[in-house]
Amino acid sequence: MADVYRSSIGEPTAVRRVLIGTTLLFLVAFLLLPLVVVFTQAFAKGLGPVLTALADADTLASIRLTLLAAAIAVPLNTFFGIAAAWAVAKFEFRGKSLLVTLIDLPFSVSPVIAGMVFVLLFGAHGWFGPWLAAHGVKIVFALPGIVLATTFVTVPFVARELIPLMQAQGTDEELAALSLGASGWRTFWHVTLPNIRWGLLYGVLLCNARAMGEFGAVSVVSGHIRGLTNTMPLEIELLYNDAGALNAAFAVAALLALLGFVTLVAKNFLEWRHGDELAALRGH
Amino acid sequence: MNAVIADPAIGPQLSTRTVHKRARAPRSALPGFGLSLGFSVVYLSLLVLLPLAAVFLRAAGLGLDGLWRALATERVLHALALSFGGAATAAAINAVFGGLVAWTFVRYEFPAKRWFHALVDLPFALPTAVAGIALTTLYSEHGWLGAPLAKLGIKVAYTPLGIVVAMVFIGLPFVVRTLEPVLSEAEAQFEEAAATLGATRWQTIVHVIAPTVLPALMTGAALAFARAVGEYGSIIFIAGNVQKVSEIAPLLIMIRLDEFDYAGATALAASMLVLSFGVLLAINLLQAWSRRRG
Repeated sequence: MADVYRSSIGEPTAVRRVLIGTTLLFLVAFLLLPLVVVFTQAFAKGLGPVLTALADADTLASIRLTLLAAAIAVPLNTFFGIAAAWAVAKFEFRGKSLLVTLIDLPFSVSPVIAGMVFVLLFGAHGWFGPWLAAHGVKIVFALPGIVLATTFVTVPFVARELIPLMQAQGTDEELAALSLGASGWRTFWHVTLPNIRWGLLYGVLLCNARAMGEFGAVSVVSGHIRGLTNTMPLEIELLYNDAGALNAAFAVAALLALLGFVTLVAKNFLEWRHGDELAALRGH
Repeated sequence: MNAVIADPAIGPQLSTRTVHKRARAPRSALPGFGLSLGFSVVYLSLLVLLPLAAVFLRAAGLGLDGLWRALATERVLHALALSFGGAATAAAINAVFGGLVAWTFVRYEFPAKRWFHALVDLPFALPTAVAGIALTTLYSEHGWLGAPLAKLGIKVAYTPLGIVVAMVFIGLPFVVRTLEPVLSEAEAQFEEAAATLGATRWQTIVHVIAPTVLPALMTGAALAFARAVGEYGSIIFIAGNVQKVSEIAPLLIMIRLDEFDYAGATALAASMLVLSFGVLLAINLLQAWSRRRG
């Protein structure tokens, strides 16, 4: 019976094998090899040179700056994501689909343009440039610009994970808690937050990976001053273009690739461990 | 008598009014609507909308003449054509291979499937600068893939072909992840029915499977396209960045900014945004259309 079922809607074994083979070949060539190349290049001469490259004062400064920018941008977008998801998923209102479209907007804006908008506003020749200069405030080519650009490109990540999850969960549990006399905040902390924690964690991880890895937007507003306004991705570019520092470039790249790798592993662990709670997320 | 006539007249009026009012106000009894919506709107406006509006205001300030002067040069037009043409090519490649990958994952079992499945999200998680130098090393003349391809006379790194390779890399997960849920929901019983009625497997694929997954495939390809058009980090290392050959539009914006040519940068950015928003609008219309069908 199983054979009849298979032959009526499945492909012949030979066709199936060709399709699986082509898929695996494509995935290995386009996705696996680039990842492997980063680590083989970085560790070509063993662990020693990698550690030496990472211990360089300018590289350490770039790691600190990247961590700092992410430490500001990720919490901001986490608060925004929770607030936006609460409004979109728990209430009906006019212009909701417009709001959802606007949340996704940064995804379809080139990172270079995302950085450029802040140069147009706060740069030396920007609208607020002269005023900022007169008051001694530096935004572009300094930390605030880097944080603004990073925050811009990572706006959608947490909200996008939470909206479908909270929509699927509905409002029954919250209404029950409220009817039993819990306050709004108490309901949020003890009912909503535990329900969305794994989706929230995944959204924060993705947001963080993008925040630490952002290149184009930060490149526009950074000014590329080594040891001062260079983030890790910019440091990679600088080292890569410096003929003698190729291995150092791949050492920093391996550290960032590790971040991406951990994000992927965490995602799959969450899906495996909390698959039911995250079911609403599939397809995103 | 009058009162009796008036009643049914007022009745429906009142009820339509209540229904209308209910549709406007939040239907839920939960607190925090004003606070969460207010915060979201203010945050998005300050961080995203107003800065983007600045680009259009500044572009408008150039006037049609200024826009034309900034855009109608061979270098700019070539950069735009390369970004949009390359992204369209990559989206088409991703539609084919992404479709194949999604199909294989949903329908077949094979060793290490979990690991390969996890790998699909890599372009989402790997920083673009890392992807850029990795792809360049891989496809350069002495690279693992570049060396055998060079023997066949195919040069990938530092050519427009390299740009398309990078765009395929970053766009792939959009197609696979959009398609998978639709493919796994597409019920096998319709395929069985078609087979029972005497359809060949090929006829079933073309007439039964393709129409159900086509909207999702187009949505995924459009998302991949939108991402690839504006992509910068994973492309500039492998592109070679030769004027009028392999110089993408985002790089040209970067160059204009470095030259303090704000007019040129703004005009190019505004035209890219208009074109990209057109694609975004098309995606939304497509999704609305497929929801109506489904």
